[in-house]
Amino acid sequence: MSAPSSTRSRSRTGAEIAESVAVHTALLLAVAFALYPVLWVVTLALTSGGLGGQAGSAILPFPTSPSLDNFRIVLGGGGGGSRAWLFWQQVGNSLVVSLATAFVAVAIATPAAYAIARFRFIGSRAGMRTLLATQMFPAVASAVPLYLLLDALHLLDSRAGLVFVYASTAVPFAIFQLRGAFVTIPIDIEEAAMVDGATRTQAFVRVVLPAARPAIAVTALFAFMSAWNEFILAATLLSRETAFTLPVVLQRYVGEHDAAWGPFAAGAIVVSVPVMALFYIAQRQLISGLTAGGVKG
Amino acid sequence: MDDVSLQTESALRVPSSPAHAAGTSTKSAVAASPRQARCVMRGIEKSYGTLPILRGVDLDIPEGSFAVLVGPSGCGKSTLLRVVAGLETADRGSVEIAQRDVTRMPPRDRDVAMVFQSYALYPHLTVRENLAFGLKLRGVAPAEIAKRIAEASSMLGLDGLLGRLPKDMSGGQRQRVAMGRAIVRHANLYLFDEPLSNLDAALRAEVRVEIRRLHDRLDATTLYVTHDQVEAMTLADTLWVMNGGVVEQRGAPLDVYERPRSRFVATFLGSPQMNLVEGVLVRRDGQWLADGGGIVTPIDDERFGGALTEGRAVSIGVRPHDFEVAGTAKAAATLRVEIVEALGFEAFAHGWLRASGPRIIARLEAHHARRARAGEAIALTVDPARVHLFDPSTGLSLDAHASRV
Repeated sequence: MSAPSSTRSRSRTGAEIAESVAVHTALLLAVAFALYPVLWVVTLALTSGGLGGQAGSAILPFPTSPSLDNFRIVLGGGGGGSRAWLFWQQVGNSLVVSLATAFVAVAIATPAAYAIARFRFIGSRAGMRTLLATQMFPAVASAVPLYLLLDALHLLDSRAGLVFVYASTAVPFAIFQLRGAFVTIPIDIEEAAMVDGATRTQAFVRVVLPAARPAIAVTALFAFMSAWNEFILAATLLSRETAFTLPVVLQRYVGEHDAAWGPFAAGAIVVSVPVMALFYIAQRQLISGLTAGGVKG
Repeated sequence: MDDVSLQTESALRVPSSPAHAAGTSTKSAVAASPRQARCVMRGIEKSYGTLPILRGVDLDIPEGSFAVLVGPSGCGKSTLLRVVAGLETADRGSVEIAQRDVTRMPPRDRDVAMVFQSYALYPHLTVRENLAFGLKLRGVAPAEIAKRIAEASSMLGLDGLLGRLPKDMSGGQRQRVAMGRAIVRHANLYLFDEPLSNLDAALRAEVRVEIRRLHDRLDATTLYVTHDQVEAMTLADTLWVMNGGVVEQRGAPLDVYERPRSRFVATFLGSPQMNLVEGVLVRRDGQWLADGGGIVTPIDDERFGGALTEGRAVSIGVRPHDFEVAGTAKAAATLRVEIVEALGFEAFAHGWLRASGPRIIARLEAHHARRARAGEAIALTVDPARVHLFDPSTGLSLDAHASRV
């Protein structure tokens, strides 16, 4: 708490104290609400052989005899022995597909968004609206046509096919996000660069791109995450176990008749850790306004 | 190149005879001064859609001269500057810099340097990198870049800031960096787009003097755009007053101030602005008088010459500073004072000459300023040489010498 508010706290009135209590109670409830399922997942993951009897009906779940068995099962590819390499191949699938999606999204969206933000041309508004419209349809709606398309292209069960599909939604979204970023970058700095001796392209590469770096990082992160977490299309388009991405792998633990909640929860943790790490790393970029100070501000 | 600039510190470092003999080029090398170039614009026209912004502008800035474009917002001055920089393309007309037609050239080939109103520093680069940016792009050798940065940095007092990012500096510091980035370029022509408008009043006055000092030292051909008449008056060698997309008048600042060609120029320059009342010309006892709106004053008939005809309707203009409190002399006007703005060394008395007339401002000096009270009537005289006459319909001055160019 900052200095002014701490000095003010000495002379707090009863109403202010009541307000503070109410606010903190509400926040604590919200935190509990958000963390409760996470607590369940952690408990499940650390409890070997599934939750029996009393643990399963506990209001506040807690791993009574913590064990890493579930993690061993997941990392062993669900069967152990010869399947041990499988899980890592699936991790590889997820990584490659997500990174490629992020790369394609940024590579296509950056110049597209810049053009839309800076130049007036016929169709720029209509194009923007069309891009927005593509975001209105749920991915499932296009699952069947996409399946047929990929089948015709012999890209079912392949990483490339999945990247292709993911990019089709990631690119419009990225264009939308980046356009917003480019609009906020003052055109003055590009003009200054051009007067200084830069070509239009040099001004873009050496001045605009660095200034847009935080926005580009965030956009890439979003594309990566949406691909990393995507389940429905992956489940539809992938049928070979070796081609699976992690969400599909996870879902396999919870079958129609037999639900292995322990490995499922352990897998969920394994899958979320990289995303959390990425968020942590990107935090600074998310917050920092790199353009601050370039113009009068 | 004048004597004053030869006396600058850097010029004195070289033996005087070669410097004199070789003239501009030697001094350029020594004082790191920019190459001087003449800039000529002819018939510049520019519209945005159907809205005309520039309607045929001719401009000529001689080598090493400091030209100031001044005018109200929307008069086209910034657009004209951008046309010179190559950031806008003129619909018609030509731009010539250093005897080269640059009308169709991209900004980078024009060899101009520009200081933006927003400073437009590259946010991800340090001050040093900001200064080096244009030089690197132009393939200047690293040693030369370092030398020029050192020069500009010591000229502008940036030495302690070279490692900083723009966001870690104050407005005044950023403004200096923006000027430094232009100085290191050693460009043909320097363009300033309202560079002081984001500074506070005290700093603005300081930097204004600094800019003039830099110009005197570097002798760079400069085109400076501002809406601030103080900047315009104090910085310019030649003042170009723009209005509605055309140059309304050009000249040395004091000439323009003293002989405004039109009502617009008359009221735009000078603060508080010139008082205008409607009246007629009369001839009494062999003397021409302007009479109207509560002012009856003799005028300088030599100045208006052939324009004087009995009964002609005129707009009579008197600057607040040209009124004097009438002692024993016959008063030209009587001001009923409504408000007195006392500024210490002077005061502005606001009021009316006639109940139905326009509001009038008169400046009072010294003890008159101290004594003035609201509600009083003050008898005023005007120096006949300081009375301006304009045609009420065209707004143009009747002064035969107040030529447009």
